[in-house]
Amino acid sequence: MNRRIVFIGLVLLVACEEFQPKAPADYDLLDGPVEGLNEAENIQFLLGDVAFNDEVFTSANGLGPLFVGTSCGSCHPGDGKGHPFTTLTRFGQTDENGNQYLNVGGPQLQHRAVPGFTPEAIPQNATFSRFTPPANTGLGFIDAVSDAEILAWADPDDSDGDGISGVPNWINLKEYLTERQNSVTQNGKYIGRFGKKGATYNLLQQTATAYNQDIGITSSFEPVDTHSGFVFDPEVSNQTINDVVFYLKTLKAPAPRPGSNSIMEGKQLFTTIGCSKCHRPEMKTGNSTIAAISNKVFYPYSDLLLHDMGTVLDDGYTEGSAKTYEWRTPPLWGLGLSKNSQGGQYFLMHDGRARNIEEAILLHGGEGIQSRGNYEALTAEEKTKLIRFLESL
Amino acid sequence: MKISLLLGVALVMCLTVTAQVDSTLFKRTQRDTSKLLLNMDAVYNRPFLSVSKLPVAVGGYVEANWQHLGTDGVSEGHQFQMRRLTLFIASSISRRIKFLSEIEFEDGTKEINIEFASVDFEFHPLLNFRGGIVMNPIGAFNQNHDGPKWEFIDRPISATQLLPATWSNVGFGLYGKLYKDNWVYAYETYLTNGFDDQIISNSENKTFLPASKLNKDRFEESFNGVPLLTAKVALRNKKIGELGLSYMGGVYNKFQEDGLVLDEKRRHHSWALDFNTVIAATKTYLNTEWVFNKVDVPSTYGQQYGDKQMGGFLDVVQPIVRQNIFGFDRSVINAVCRFEYVDWNVGEFAETGEDIAEYVVAVVPGISWRPTSKTVIRLNCRYNWQTDLFGNPASKTAGFQVGFSSYF
Repeated sequence: MNRRIVFIGLVLLVACEEFQPKAPADYDLLDGPVEGLNEAENIQFLLGDVAFNDEVFTSANGLGPLFVGTSCGSCHPGDGKGHPFTTLTRFGQTDENGNQYLNVGGPQLQHRAVPGFTPEAIPQNATFSRFTPPANTGLGFIDAVSDAEILAWADPDDSDGDGISGVPNWINLKEYLTERQNSVTQNGKYIGRFGKKGATYNLLQQTATAYNQDIGITSSFEPVDTHSGFVFDPEVSNQTINDVVFYLKTLKAPAPRPGSNSIMEGKQLFTTIGCSKCHRPEMKTGNSTIAAISNKVFYPYSDLLLHDMGTVLDDGYTEGSAKTYEWRTPPLWGLGLSKNSQGGQYFLMHDGRARNIEEAILLHGGEGIQSRGNYEALTAEEKTKLIRFLESL
Repeated sequence: MKISLLLGVALVMCLTVTAQVDSTLFKRTQRDTSKLLLNMDAVYNRPFLSVSKLPVAVGGYVEANWQHLGTDGVSEGHQFQMRRLTLFIASSISRRIKFLSEIEFEDGTKEINIEFASVDFEFHPLLNFRGGIVMNPIGAFNQNHDGPKWEFIDRPISATQLLPATWSNVGFGLYGKLYKDNWVYAYETYLTNGFDDQIISNSENKTFLPASKLNKDRFEESFNGVPLLTAKVALRNKKIGELGLSYMGGVYNKFQEDGLVLDEKRRHHSWALDFNTVIAATKTYLNTEWVFNKVDVPSTYGQQYGDKQMGGFLDVVQPIVRQNIFGFDRSVINAVCRFEYVDWNVGEFAETGEDIAEYVVAVVPGISWRPTSKTVIRLNCRYNWQTDLFGNPASKTAGFQVGFSSYF
């Protein structure tokens, strides 16, 4: 009896490694570092990971008093797309002349508040747009693309006559930002590449602005409290912001799931019907101080340019030099994993209004109308192949 | 004068040293800790060690374990943990005035708490007055939480994350019991200091009553001046078992300071239902507790802090072997299993009307060996599934835990 007890105990102990849940396949996860980081970079990645995913803000450490979310990770679960609960609203700008509602809380609505405070409301007559948080993965690759690489696909005057133009969003550079190597400027303005309207220059601006506008956290970069309008002492350190920026830069690019023949046929259809004219499959990074993302070919399925998307998607709100009907082509990589961060369902397009991929395709207007028509003309089998390909990204 | 004082001290030391050496002077108050009386009796239903005729008894328990758990392919490897060292001191001040204290060191010295330090005055079996640091009688686990009484290394999730076990506060109250035939009827009610606004403002990013345990000032002053009411009624039948129903509620926020209004009064309520029994035919012991929390969260604050929570656990303990094992007479080996469920945020998203899915489901089968009734050696195999707010694919945790817990 005694020997039997000891034996059973030992078997159970030896089995513990086998018993534990296995890690999902790499291509089934959006989070995780890019391959090739060195030890020091791994350490900084982990610091950024903790700040991004684990640090929760409360009144005690600076939350709000007006805010949208309480942590970075709560809006980007698993570094994936957000949910309608975490969707933010921006209002007050209708053209390239800037936001007319900055003195009443613009551009971003902080619709939540700590107890005792009243959240903001959209001013009467102000037009607005809702933005579903995007996935974070692969942002470092996008950040490392040269301006010249982006401009190579721009066709402002549609000189090739394909009905698709593609223009950069020319934006003013915030004073705390340093311009990229070989930056291209136009009338003193720089090319924006992040955000639904492409109005954000780089990941430092994205991070500092998100702390400030989303969580109500001031920093040395964005020191103005969104509620009072006063300059506050930094509530997050430069070191933490730098760690988060590094984390975002070094998140891996989403890896496509293994493909069958029908997926490869879907990929072919994607090009044939013209989707790839804006959802550019391949780009290349320029020089980067991070070797793992320096001079690499990657597959974002975006040209990072603005396109006219038609009246249905025109909310009457814009940023930078974009028109209200223009949207930056969103990268499609990781699209198939969106459900894993959106509660098992899709909330696609800039505001999550499309509940599946086909609905998203059919919302394309403006420069996308020809491709949409081509999609509608496909057979049911071809449509399935195309959607399977998109889900494999 | 100094010489007299030194002689006095030396005399006391000599007596003490003699007492320590002569173990025949120790008397162990034997308790069968594997059998639960009423949960409210748990604080006194412990093995104490008394010395000669001194009216002071001491005791305590210790628990330590090894574990190897992994979550979605990531493990922190082998972990050795000293979860608790708890010391009890009890004293009979007179026949009907008692004192008991419980001091706990958790995770080494990471947390040091006075969990219980109260004086009980018995006026009548139905009318006892208790004052000091009392354990709020919400649910059964909070009252009856000693490690050696449980077959599982982890405390129940609902008891530690929906309720803040072990939760004690400064206050006063009454309790009493009535015995009639096979029945025992009991009540307890206390007014104590209470919670604070950390329950909706914490690093867990969810409504989390245990966050208020971080407020050590609660033993000195109330956060908002409003007492926390805790009350429990319980009845036990010798054949059927024990049923308890408890409530804890109060105001958790600082609604005014220096006469200035800061917010409206925001209340929280907890209800708990507990039941335990032994199925006579199979000697199977069942123990369950279910909790429901309702918290007034400002509607403008965001739904990540839920206004309703619920959950509970069911422990099943089946003795399978009773015999001499490794020289321990009357050893008992139990097959055990705990089923747990906790939903930290009961409700729907205002934006989509869909379920807010922040819940955990756990199954913990295991084996426990009790070489004596005061000591338990446990092997648990934990498996739990936990989803985030949005109901994204559950993160799965599993692994083994082996440890012991023993009164001393």
